[in-house]
Amino acid sequence: MVAREYKYLCSDPGQELIRQDIRDHNLDRIIVAACSPHLHEHTFRQAVGQAGLNPYFFHMVNLREHDAWVHTDKAAATAKAMDLVRAAGRRVKWHEPLGPRQVPIHPDVLVVGGGIAGIDAALTMANAGKHVYLVEREATIGGHMAQFDKTFPTLDCAACILTPKMTAVRSHRNITLWTWSEVQKVEGYVGNFSVTVRRKPRYVLEDLCVGCLECIQACVYKQAKVPDAFNLGLGKRKPIYIPFPQAVPQVVVIDPETCIEFKSGKCRKTCVEVCAERHAIDFQQKEEIQTIQVGTIVLATGFEVFDATRIPYYGYGLYPNVYTALEIERLVNASGPTGGDIVMRDGRKPETVGIVHCVGSRDEHTNRYCSRVCCMYSLKLAHLIKEKTGAEVYSFYIDIRAPGKAFEEFYNRVAEEGVVFVRGKVADIYPSDGGRRLILQVEDTLLSMVRKIPVDMVVLSTGLEPRPDADEVRRLFNIGCSREGFFLERHPKLAPVSTFADGIFVAGCCQAPKDIPDTVAQSGAAAAQALALIDAGMVDLEPNTAHVVEGACSGCKTCIPLCPYQAISFAEEKRALINEVLCKGCGTCVAACPSGSIRQNLFEDQQIFEEIEGVLAYA
Amino acid sequence: MPEAFEPKIVAFFCNWCTYLAADLAGTSRMKYAPNARIVRVMCSGRVDPQFVLEAFAKGADGVLIGGCHPGDCHYQEGNYKALRRCVLLRRLLHQMGIEDERFRLEWISAAEGERVKAVVNDMVEKLRALGPRVPLRHEEVA
Amino acid sequence: MKPKVAFYWCASCGGCDEAIIDLDETLLDLLSSVEIVFWPAAMDFKLKDLQGMANGSILVSFINGAIRNSDQREMAELLRARSRMVVAFGSCAQLGGIPGLANLSGAKSIFAEVYPGGVTPRSFHQENGHALRLPDFFDNVSALGSVVDVDYYVPGCPPTPSIIREAINRLMGAELPPKGTVLAPDKALCETCPRKDTRPEKLLVREFKRTHQILPDQQTCLLAQGLVCLGPGTRAGCEAKCIDGNMPCTGCFGPTSRVRDFGAKALSAVASVADCNEEALTEEVMNGVPDPAGTFYRYSLPSSLLTPQHME
Repeated sequence: MVAREYKYLCSDPGQELIRQDIRDHNLDRIIVAACSPHLHEHTFRQAVGQAGLNPYFFHMVNLREHDAWVHTDKAAATAKAMDLVRAAGRRVKWHEPLGPRQVPIHPDVLVVGGGIAGIDAALTMANAGKHVYLVEREATIGGHMAQFDKTFPTLDCAACILTPKMTAVRSHRNITLWTWSEVQKVEGYVGNFSVTVRRKPRYVLEDLCVGCLECIQACVYKQAKVPDAFNLGLGKRKPIYIPFPQAVPQVVVIDPETCIEFKSGKCRKTCVEVCAERHAIDFQQKEEIQTIQVGTIVLATGFEVFDATRIPYYGYGLYPNVYTALEIERLVNASGPTGGDIVMRDGRKPETVGIVHCVGSRDEHTNRYCSRVCCMYSLKLAHLIKEKTGAEVYSFYIDIRAPGKAFEEFYNRVAEEGVVFVRGKVADIYPSDGGRRLILQVEDTLLSMVRKIPVDMVVLSTGLEPRPDADEVRRLFNIGCSREGFFLERHPKLAPVSTFADGIFVAGCCQAPKDIPDTVAQSGAAAAQALALIDAGMVDLEPNTAHVVEGACSGCKTCIPLCPYQAISFAEEKRALINEVLCKGCGTCVAACPSGSIRQNLFEDQQIFEEIEGVLAYA
Repeated sequence: MPEAFEPKIVAFFCNWCTYLAADLAGTSRMKYAPNARIVRVMCSGRVDPQFVLEAFAKGADGVLIGGCHPGDCHYQEGNYKALRRCVLLRRLLHQMGIEDERFRLEWISAAEGERVKAVVNDMVEKLRALGPRVPLRHEEVA
Repeated sequence: MKPKVAFYWCASCGGCDEAIIDLDETLLDLLSSVEIVFWPAAMDFKLKDLQGMANGSILVSFINGAIRNSDQREMAELLRARSRMVVAFGSCAQLGGIPGLANLSGAKSIFAEVYPGGVTPRSFHQENGHALRLPDFFDNVSALGSVVDVDYYVPGCPPTPSIIREAINRLMGAELPPKGTVLAPDKALCETCPRKDTRPEKLLVREFKRTHQILPDQQTCLLAQGLVCLGPGTRAGCEAKCIDGNMPCTGCFGPTSRVRDFGAKALSAVASVADCNEEALTEEVMNGVPDPAGTFYRYSLPSSLLTPQHME
């Protein structure tokens, strides 16, 4: 028995210390009592293996996260440490030599979500020669970025930098683009996922439609009447539509809720007439279910804008001239519902505008976190509004967060352009002057006085939230969510794109609010991680599988219905038989087997009993 | 003057939710009572009722099983099996003279570091009030 | 010289001794090959007969019944000394048996229940110069192995004739099994159950029923009909006699060698196949097993990992 103390065992010299001891003293079991096995179990197993000892003769004790960092009573913490190490000593004696399970990695990739994060990840991996399925729920890729006008701090036109990437996706021979589609089910494990995708019917055949848009022109609805989701209801569309002019794919969609043919069956179908050569319209189209095999998955499902009606005293939805920031993006955009003119709902042009920061962020009543992008986009909107209208612009802020490259300089520029900054959180917004003006009541904390500032138009800088169905989506992929509901990364510092499901990665705002440069960086990281797996060709799985003890099973069938992966079969031998490749090592069957005939590697009954006895030896 | 009674708790934590939550409590430097000893299992579904009895038999004053919230089990349904066993096991333990507060099944997600702290602290307090689980004189006869 | 054997009963119903008689013709073979030197249940043997023997002079003592009082312990210890091998015969000796369920109460509350009115038995009474001793009533029931070193176990309540014959053959055989072996197959009862094929591969039970609530179908797996059959967790060897009688297995042959606590494992198996995922529903489904201790530990409470603590 050798006992050593060393400050950083996970470092190279630390690992060498272990290897040397194994060689010098012919050790046959190794225990490291340090941090969480989630961090370095793998590291130490490797070191042990390099010294010629089976890596599974190693066991890690968590004395840091579970003891030293959480207890103040030193004597009690030490007694606890002794209990834990003693338990490990008794347990590891019963470890068996094991080998890792190796499974091959299917080279195809699935990217879920076609915003800038998904597009960028897909292009990177497709350029590396991998076949990528890009599945997007909307009828076009582009995501929220397609709705923006200019991007901070350079004021690049969002569409100009985005659309070439969208086109590249469309024309890339390694990308299969499925829009108007959703993932329904995911089965399998890293390297071998089987994904079922539901392709919703557009009632327009994608292969035949060339995007001439004549059907929209010809529609019996002479005027567009349906509120247009892309323009957030500020504009209108017809029942047959394309989400926005640069949509990819350039294929129209028919909305069965508003199309007369679907509602009454008695439409003249001028759209079909005008598509006489291509015959691209098919009212009988049904949804299609497709199942694909992929080795890795990147989730890039994006964010949802905070619903400003949750703060009723800001008057969104109540007073017509209160807008969200995204709505302003659409107004300011030349291809938006007002052709780029900033015109309010009552038709007037605003002469004074108030921009309210932190709506749904940094707020204990809604979301505690900071949404990271709102200060910058508020500055951008302030600049654009002032430029387009010459209006007096007020920005009501708590702090100005401008940490990125050229961000602070942009803030200075906007301040120099004459935007008025008031440091105070707006407490109330109410109409005056017969509703023509809105009063923003705020405590100006720099002047130490309450001010009531009348404006014509209010812009609410709404924060970023997880998608409303994020919880259901993450269950499909067997990953977790953080407290706020964003997808949970494996480690906030060192593994920000991995998840606890091997082979599944996250990128973009679905993981946490962030701006476009960070999103693109993260999607590159996710692509790199996926590529690393694929190019390795094989992946090692934990050998903590269950197996039936030879000759012990009586065929009682208790275990068969308990395995969620259908890894236990019965028919052939009339005995339970566990498929080692399908077994994920949960151990449920082991606990249930009434005759004790199933064992689990690394979590044997004997090992756990020893641990229990070890921690209680001095009780 | 006898030392104040410090209950000993054996906690079976599932690797993906509860164990990570305890790790998170650690990295966040939350401070809580030092009475629990965590035994790691991959899933709360691995917890065999034999383990629970062994823990009590060997001197635990309380046994805590930590699993993922219903619907969130990393292995889909392991926590449901744990629930089924625990409901019946609790009734058995009651017949055997073990008070309800000594045996707990808690759902804690990987992001809920404070719940680990809250649950352990609460359990310690309740066990202090109950006192040690006193084995019968007879247990020494064998 | 014929090998000497002894049979004794501790806290016992007498069924295990009857089981020897149940050997029918084989009993005659047995009697011709061994000399029974002590069997108070069947014939008029006295304590002094046993006391007069030399240590180790008995080849095998088959002791049935649990240990409830000091007399039984003393007899077990005496037989141990006089014998080369001690076999714990039947569920009571192996596991504590049905008398073991008394461990859910203590001696005090048992006496209060049995002797209302406050007059309870005492171990020692002296009157008119005469003294009377009664055995001490222990607070708990134990299996035989708790008081003496046991060499082999013959399971069952009572052991079946075929299991007894098997056991005797093995003990008289050339090579003895390893010490501590249970002389029955090390697999669960389902292996030999005639209804095995009728249990669906993926059985989940929505409602547990008790034996008085339904008239079970004579061909179908009893667990599939909602009865709590412990066959999946109980050692085979009894030829599924109870199942043939259309009653579920109650676990008298005890656990396989791979299980440390019969009742806990049996509970785990039964609970795991309950068809419920939500807390309130689970509580309702488990109401179908109203007495878990009696159901899962009918024969084995004293051999549980956890000896019950009395709630008084």
